[in-house]
Amino acid sequence: MTQAQFQETANIEARGTEPADRHWRDYFTFNTDHKVIGIQYLVTTFGFYLIGGVLATLVRTELATPDSDFVTPELYNSLFTVHATVMIFLWIVPAGAGFANFLIPLMIGAKDMAFPRLNALAFWMIPVAGVLLLSSFLVGAPQAGWTSYPPLSLVTAQMGEEIWILSVLFLGTSSILGAVNFAVTIFTMRVPSMSLNEMPLFCWAMIATSALTLVATPVLAAALILLSFDLLAGTAFFNPTGNGDPVVYQHLFWFYSHPAVYIMIMPFFGVISEILPIHSRKPIFGYLAIAYSSLAISFLGLIVWAHHMFTSGTPGWLRMFFMITTMIIAVPTGIKIFSWLATIWGGKLRLVSAMLFGMGFISTFLLGGITGIMVASVPFDIHVHDTYFIVAHLHYVLFGGSVFGIYAAFYHWFPKMTGRMLNEFWGRVHFGLTYIGFTVTFLPMHALGMQGMPRRVAMYDPKFTTINVICTIGAYMLAVSTIPFIVNVIWSWRYGPKAGDNPWEALTLEWMTTSPPPIENFEGIPVLATGPYDYGMEKIQNTGERLKLMLRENAIASSGQKRGIPIAEAQASTFFSGTATLVEPESEINVDSPADERQDSN
Amino acid sequence: MNIPSSILTMLVGIGVTLISLWYGQNHGLMPIAASAQASQIDGLFNTMMTLGVGLFILVHGVLLVAVIKYRRREGDNTDGPAWHDNFPLEILWTALPAVIILGIGVYSFEIYNSMGGLDPMGNHDHGTMQSHAKMRGSAIAGTLSDTPQNAPQIQPEKQIALGVGAAPENEGKPADLVVNIMGLQYAWIFTYPESGVSSGELHIPVNSDVQLNLGAQDVLHAFWIPEFRLKQDVIPGRTSELRFTPNKVGEYRVVCAELCGAYHGAMKAVAFVHTQEDFDSWIKEQQIASTQNLEEAVAVNPDKLSDGEFLAPYVRDIKINPESLEQLHPTHH
Repeated sequence: MTQAQFQETANIEARGTEPADRHWRDYFTFNTDHKVIGIQYLVTTFGFYLIGGVLATLVRTELATPDSDFVTPELYNSLFTVHATVMIFLWIVPAGAGFANFLIPLMIGAKDMAFPRLNALAFWMIPVAGVLLLSSFLVGAPQAGWTSYPPLSLVTAQMGEEIWILSVLFLGTSSILGAVNFAVTIFTMRVPSMSLNEMPLFCWAMIATSALTLVATPVLAAALILLSFDLLAGTAFFNPTGNGDPVVYQHLFWFYSHPAVYIMIMPFFGVISEILPIHSRKPIFGYLAIAYSSLAISFLGLIVWAHHMFTSGTPGWLRMFFMITTMIIAVPTGIKIFSWLATIWGGKLRLVSAMLFGMGFISTFLLGGITGIMVASVPFDIHVHDTYFIVAHLHYVLFGGSVFGIYAAFYHWFPKMTGRMLNEFWGRVHFGLTYIGFTVTFLPMHALGMQGMPRRVAMYDPKFTTINVICTIGAYMLAVSTIPFIVNVIWSWRYGPKAGDNPWEALTLEWMTTSPPPIENFEGIPVLATGPYDYGMEKIQNTGERLKLMLRENAIASSGQKRGIPIAEAQASTFFSGTATLVEPESEINVDSPADERQDSN
Repeated sequence: MNIPSSILTMLVGIGVTLISLWYGQNHGLMPIAASAQASQIDGLFNTMMTLGVGLFILVHGVLLVAVIKYRRREGDNTDGPAWHDNFPLEILWTALPAVIILGIGVYSFEIYNSMGGLDPMGNHDHGTMQSHAKMRGSAIAGTLSDTPQNAPQIQPEKQIALGVGAAPENEGKPADLVVNIMGLQYAWIFTYPESGVSSGELHIPVNSDVQLNLGAQDVLHAFWIPEFRLKQDVIPGRTSELRFTPNKVGEYRVVCAELCGAYHGAMKAVAFVHTQEDFDSWIKEQQIASTQNLEEAVAVNPDKLSDGEFLAPYVRDIKINPESLEQLHPTHH
């Protein structure tokens, strides 16, 4: 019996009996089931990704020639402003929340999130904010970049700018509500026998992300409200004509927006930490180091913001401080990368699409990390700041990191979400097109920036034409790369082969119930018969006795005698309410028959 | 023949090191270096590039080897070995990046200091100054004749600047040449306070200690000359400074790097680095030209012109000859 079979067998009683049978209309309602909300998040944000992608393609089309001849310069500025806002606030950040919504209660063995209605509210703010933002094109979309620096943001496209502020405030509020929910759920609703150090690493990543969101996002909200006063009420917080200081806005903005990079990427650090061990068939290397490095990144992420302002109003000594803190982040990040490599090394790699995107994540994020250290160095940053080098760097981090992570997660958990397998051939085509398109688009931009092309320009020196044409071809390839994915998802959701409960032979709890999971996830209390990544561990001895022991411990713990009253109360009010069926520890379990008929994932 | 793995590892290590060293010095990614600061920054970048290439090859090498060597074989459903910890290895890959980063940090600090980044006189910000801006963010295109009034008027004893100040060897000494620069949508205006010259181009002598005082009239701009590797935001209401030594005669582009409006990409100027003699003669030419312009301006004072003389330039447009104009009696108007 393998570890996966052992874990499944231990959870036969907890496993749901029937997969959830949902109607498409459920996804258009104020549904409070975390799985519905998770899928609502993912489908909605993917829609915004496509819109953001169209905007990016228009931007690259303009840049295929040195002159401003495809769109007007004003519209060009609106295109890249809304592109960036959509991609950051309506795609990557909420996509991470989407996976967290779907996965966290399943991974910790809970029935739902701690605050289901708040959860639904957090989601429904996103389409409202998205439609609001896009509607700005009807009245003159914002043109001041996603940073929205005053004084420019105070004098161009003022109505569009105000709409932008309102939209981002909505999205920030949604993030905060989501973060509260994730933190409370993880801390209070784990199955009684799951300690923090036995959680899946995705949960650790979400704790770190939530902490960062809760500390940083209100500061952005404050900055935007003050900017709104300047715009609408004629105050002068940031307006130099009234002795306001635009640099103060930059400090407030980056106090959120640098941590936002980690808010965007840390959930996918967690995703990669889930995917690599499963498809390498090895335990994650350095569990604690990976878990705690997320917390270290979370803390350090809060004290690096001024590295975005090395050429702005920052005194020299302050530049040195922020240079050092920024560079230090490379240490916990490096720990993760090396731990992932050690996880892969010597394993038995299943090169399915999820794994390919996971390895692609390491490959591309590494380059973003290396250039990140370079731009942390003040003298070099002075040269490349606000150039295409930065465009390349941030896309290597946020596309190479987050978007590859999102795709990896899509391929990995699609069977659990839908009960169907995605087509592997088209998954590999998708990966190949994405990786090549991504590289052709963004790698040459490093050279472009160093050679002297500033970013956010509709017209540029003709000597940069060749590289820009290459980048534009890459962008078209990236646009095309989404087609096999979309077709694959739509077709497979309806006609794909049945996945079974645990097609990847995983050990974490989300795989110990039906695919898709029933409404309250588990019929009984899930059991931790193994650690989350115990692949290839020692053979199971005295299986029946061990199972009985675990079930007994679990039952005792769930009654509050082991983990204390507060957790027991939380569990009592959530996990055990309603239909909870305690497993009888003494009940007989047939440990010789695997829980499910397995499919060969390869 | 089987090669012992330790020797193989050593050979791979030597190969990676050599490739990294070679590429780190021969990447050709930077434009030519035309200031004393630029070559220092290039040295720093080459070092980081060498380390980065080594790391890149190492990580991608591991990924590639894993894909080839550790790919799951058909029919093998067993798990891999249960390695999950190796404390010495984890210490190594925590300590090594920390040491490398410390090294890069110290190197960057040294370069930044030698550039003048930590000049205590030129690099203090005592808060915002009274704004130079006259209108609420309006995009007023300045003319050259407006320039002396619009340019940042900076008193040396009250200099409060952000940016890059004097190199340590020049600290406390006045710069050889001071140029005041005003950024506005979508132009740079350069004024030379010592000679009173104004221009839409930057002219500076080679191998001299040049100080640029930067101000903005309307929105944020960023002054950047890629060949000098220097950039500094210019902020309405504040004064910034860039002090440097150009060391290569030539013609370079001045670029605005901070988004400043729809025509941000068109906000350009040219910087000329001259020999001292050429620079002196350029200044003289400008002074003579501005004097002549002034005289011409007096000569065409409209108060001293007849109606015919005053309107002569416009008659082509209104199809009336000057003689006819002269015959017109004021009462006919």
